Order: sequence, then structure tokens, then C-alpha cells
Amino acid sequence: MSKKEQKLLSPDLPRKLLLKMYATMLTIRIFEERVASLIAPKKEITTPCHLYIGQEAVATGVCLALKKEDYVYSTHRSHGHYIAKGGDLKRLMAELYCKKTGCSKGKGGSMHIAAPEIGLPGSSAIVGGTIPIAVGTALAFSIQGRDNVSVAFFGDGAVHEGVFYESLNFASLKKLPAVFVCENNFYCTHLPIASCLADPDIYKKAQIFGMPGVRIDGNDVVKVYKTARKAVEDAREGKGPTLIECLTYRWLGHVGPFDDLDKGLRSKEELDCWVKKCPIRRIKKRLLKHRIVTEDEVKKIETAIRAEVEEAVAFARNSPYPDERDLLYGVFR
Amino acid sequence: MAISSKWKSEKMRTLSFAKAINEALHQIIATDKQAFLIGQGITSPWYVGTTTVGLINKFGPKRIIDTPTSENCITGVALGAALAGMHPIICFPRMDFMYLAMDQLANHVANWHYMFGGQLNVPMVVWAIINRGGEQAAQHSQALQAVFSHIPGVRVVMPSTPYDAKGLLIASTQDGNPVVYIDDRWLYEKEGHVPEEYYSVPIGKGIVRKEGKDVTVVATSYMVHEALKAADDLSKVAIDVEIIDLLSVKPLDEKVLFSSVEKTRRLVVVDGGWTNCGLAAEIAARVSETGLFKLLKAPIMRVALPNAPAPASSALEKVYYPNAGSIVSAIKKTLEKRN
Ligand SMILES: Cc1ncc(C[n+]2csc(CCOP(=O)(O)OP(=O)(O)O)c2C)c(N)n1
Ligand SMILES: [Mg+2]
Repeated sequence: MSKKEQKLLSPDLPRKLLLKMYATMLTIRIFEERVASLIAPKKEITTPCHLYIGQEAVATGVCLALKKEDYVYSTHRSHGHYIAKGGDLKRLMAELYCKKTGCSKGKGGSMHIAAPEIGLPGSSAIVGGTIPIAVGTALAFSIQGRDNVSVAFFGDGAVHEGVFYESLNFASLKKLPAVFVCENNFYCTHLPIASCLADPDIYKKAQIFGMPGVRIDGNDVVKVYKTARKAVEDAREGKGPTLIECLTYRWLGHVGPFDDLDKGLRSKEELDCWVKKCPIRRIKKRLLKHRIVTEDEVKKIETAIRAEVEEAVAFARNSPYPDERDLLYGVFR
Repeated sequence: MAISSKWKSEKMRTLSFAKAINEALHQIIATDKQAFLIGQGITSPWYVGTTTVGLINKFGPKRIIDTPTSENCITGVALGAALAGMHPIICFPRMDFMYLAMDQLANHVANWHYMFGGQLNVPMVVWAIINRGGEQAAQHSQALQAVFSHIPGVRVVMPSTPYDAKGLLIASTQDGNPVVYIDDRWLYEKEGHVPEEYYSVPIGKGIVRKEGKDVTVVATSYMVHEALKAADDLSKVAIDVEIIDLLSVKPLDEKVLFSSVEKTRRLVVVDGGWTNCGLAAEIAARVSETGLFKLLKAPIMRVALPNAPAPASSALEKVYYPNAGSIVSAIKKTLEKRN
């Protein structure tokens, strides 16, 4: 690739990173599609799963801008964040099977994924629940003088909760190394954003608290990465938090494996329009166009990911369920 | 005793529990011009089962208000509307989310009447749905009746049949106080007799669901059905169980409770919440504080949740939730043991 081409694509982004973006997003996609197939018709997975298909660029762009020691907090829609932060697929799949070998030992299920070893101390099924927790981790980092950043992932629905505003205020007030990543997929369960927020410009809420707020195309992984990198650098340098609003879309229904178009909550046209903006196809096209990868390499990457996901399924299937004795074990340390 | 015997109606129409709530809501909002329903998810096609079907089309968005995910705010909003003379019904599609509204519920709603010397009334219903099982884990499984029963100034009711689901909901809107109305998604498919009329089931009155002489089992809500199954099983071995369905947790019908214990002299208390400091402990204490204590032939047994959060795995859910089997073993223990 010529220098000019490289610049065209994204100045300063190395090939390795671009490939990692593609592979990470594709891993999330293939993993989630496989999960969907295991929920129905198979019913092998029964814990309620909020799938991340369509939103892959957000988790990927943000997490690749982080160090392993940086923390991210997740939500009920947790799989993408776990995978992007570098979580082990086997332990995630096993958790979805609610097996003892799962990352939460079968006690958490899909909505309660944690992997402290990769900087994911938890995800909450309570909307907005992890936003102040991420701020608390940022507070600890600043007190401890650690060079780390704490990220809160949350949906547009969390912006309805008072704790979102309190958290932004506190983080900005104390100039904490936090990054607030709002994945605005335009829906909060059955309700479109216009029925929930008097002013749907989420990024503007940052202004009230004297901190930067930006809205970006959340389906453009390079854009997400660069925006996150700037926010993370600022946070590390003690300049305080940033709110990043990523516009994106979930292809499936709020929960479960189907698109739920029959529920009449959104139109097929709307879905089709977003499917055309598929974040993975977009990066793939760019990579191919600028000859950063060949078709052959793309195929190889995909084959390897599929194999890894199948390994995770096999691992989960072959794992034991928690033992009855595990019920009362682990209420305290 | 079948619940329908309380209501002599010509047509013995049956409805599901969910449909009974739906009918109650339709009738309440049509009858009481000050009533309205508010809460996150009430127009969702799946969030509250079929309990709110047709409401939005019939009454429109001024009386059926689906809200942002702002539990504490919306609870305060309901209180404010009640203080202005309205009769709000605020819905929590899962009880777990009530923790976000705890300040408004416990500090404000519950205290408002007393704190201002009784000048103001809070005629408001807090409709709380228990939605557990299905590997949803700790934050989507909680049955918090004990938490709300602990707070002075709120009543707590827990219907177990479609008849009571409708009658207690109507009674809750007529009570004039804050009433936490708790139902359980595990009851939604249960069928039973429900009159078409606009009727109420009195708050604070329990009922003998089944007469028996050997042991009293006290239960509420879904656990009444498990108790009935247990009684059925035990009847095959000639153990005659009496089942008290409290229906109201607060105020609690001591009369029906005490007279049953006086008769059977054995007590098993069943609750769908946690054992520790739970509803079952309260009921056991009430009995122990009276002269009945001396009459008891065996220690009182509790059947409730173990003191752990709800696990996700169905392998653990199976042992986590008490059922007819656990009630049977508790009953057998009380029959073996002697004071
Ligand atoms: C406090 C609280 N209230 C309500 C819910 C029910 N609920 C689960 S997910 C969800 C929607 C959240 O929407 P959003 O934050 O936009 O995330 P998305 O599902 O779109 O990813 C709601 C309301 C909840 N989990 N927690
Ligand atoms: Mg959303």
C-alpha cells in the first residue's frame, strides 16, 4: 500500500490495528449469530440474551483504544464489550449455557458478565447501574495515581435515569479519568428515543457539566477508535471525562434471537437501512479497497473465528452445570 | 374452600390471572375519573404479560402513560399527582427496579400522610411484578414483599387467584393509602372464576383456602398453589393440611391465622422471599407472641428462599426456589417433632 493510500484510509493507523478491528468485530458478529442459533430453535441457551449484532463497531473501537489495565463496565447487552476487551470466548459461551466453567460460574448468565483479568469488573442488568461504578473506579485511579482510565458503556435508555446526570457531574467536577460511551441505538426496549427523551441530542448533556460531548457515527469503527483514543488520552492526562454518543442500531429485537419486526415496533425499511450501514461490511470494504487485506486473508480470518466460536460451543456443551452445593457458596468471600 | 364461593354469581366465568388484572385495570380507569396508569413498559407487547392489553387504545396516552426509565422520578410524579387528588397506579414490570425508586417510596410516599399530621392522603397503588426464573439471575428475580412490609405507611397485598387479583387491585385503588400490590408472573396463566362486576376483595383479610386439622400452612401469592399441591400429596398419606392464604401481608389477618393455629397447633410458614428477616419470620413471631405459643406441638417451620441472591443457572434455580416438595418436607418435620 502506498503512503497516500494509507493516509486515505486513516492516517496513523497501522495495518495490524485495522486487522484487529475487523477480526474483533467479526468475532462478535459470528459469536452472536451462533448464540442466536442456540437460543432458537435449539433452546440450548435459555438465559435471556440481548444480542449486540449491528453495534460491533462501538465496543471494538473503544476497547482497542484502551490498555488491558483500563476498566470497562457493561450493561445487559454485554457480550460485545467482553469480546472486544479480550475476554475468553469459551468462558463467555459457558456462562450463556449457565455452566460452572462460565466466567461468572453460571450464577450470572448473559446479563452478568465479568472478567476482571481483562479489565471488565462487571455488567449490570439495571439500566444505568454501572455508570456511577465506572466513575468510582476512575476516582480510585486518580487517588491511587494510576495511569488508567475507566469506561462506562450504556445505552440511550440509561440517559433517562437520574444517576447518569449525577455521574457526569461528579466525574467532571473531580476531573476523573472516565469515559462515558453511550450507545444510542434509538430504542429503549419497545420505545423509540423520541418517546423517551425531550431532547434526543445526548452528547449535548455533557455541556451542562462543563465536559466535552461528541456525537459520532457509531458504525464507523475507525471514527469510534479515534474519538475514544482522544477521550482516553485526555482522561489519562488529567483533563477529565468525555461523553461519546455513538449512533448505532441493534439489528435484532430488544432481547432474543429474532428481529421482532412482527411486534410492530419498527419498520422493515428502517432495519434494512441500518443493515446497509453494517459496520463490519464497511471496514471490510475499506480494507479490501486499499489492499490492506486480500480476499484470501479475509476468508482465513473468518474461518479461524468460526473455528474458535465452535470450540467455545463445544467447551460450553461439555462443561458441567454448577453443583447444588454451589448455591450457597460465594454469597460472601 | 374455593374462592368462588365468596362470590355468588350466576355466570361462573373463568379468566386467567393476567386477564383478571387486565379487566380490573380497564374497569378502574373507566370508572374512576381520577385513576391513571403510569410506568416504564406498560405499553410494551411483552413486558407486563397481557395485563395491559387494550388500555392505551381505549384510554389514550393521557391516562396510560408509558415512561422513560426513570423510576425514582416517576414514583415522585405519582405521589405528586395523588396529592393533587388523583389515584395513580404506578407499575414496576419487575420488582427489582423498585430499588431505584426507594427514596420516593420509602422516604416520601410512605411517610407523607403521617409526617404532616394526617393532613394529606396518598391514594396510590404501587403495582409490583415479581418476574423470576428462566435464568435471569440476581437483578431480575427478586420478591421484595418483606422490604415493603417493613416500611410503615404502606399496605402490602399479594393476590393468589384471578378472583383476588381483580378484587384486590380494585380495593387497592379505593383504599386511600399507598398500597403495594404484588403479583407474580408465575401466576399469570392460572385460571379461575372472576365475576364481571366491579367488586373489591377487602384488604387485611385472609382466607382459609383449604380446611384441615393436622397442620396449618400459611402462604401468599404463588406459594399458595405450591401449598395446595403439597396438601394434595399429603392427603394420600392421611395428613390433613389447613391452608391459610393471607392475601394481605400488611395489615395481616391475625384472626384467621390464630384461629387456624389454635385448631391444628402446628405451623409451617411459606414465603417466596428470603428466609432471613422475611415475611415468614414476621408471621412466626406474631404467633409466638401470643398464648398460642404454649399450645404449639412442634416448633414453627419456615419455607422460604435460602439466603443467597438468585442464581442464573437452571441447575441452581431448581434448588433455590421452594416448591410443594419443600413444603411437604417441612410439614413432615413438624409432625415428627414435638415441643
Ligand atoms: C432500572 C431498570 N429499569 C428498567 C429496566 C428494563 N430494561 C431492560 S433493558 C431496558 C432498555 C435499555 O435501553 P438502552 O439503555 O437504550 O439499551 P439497549 O437495550 O438499547 O442496548 C430496559 C428499560 C431495567 N433493566 N432496569
Ligand atoms: Mg437503546
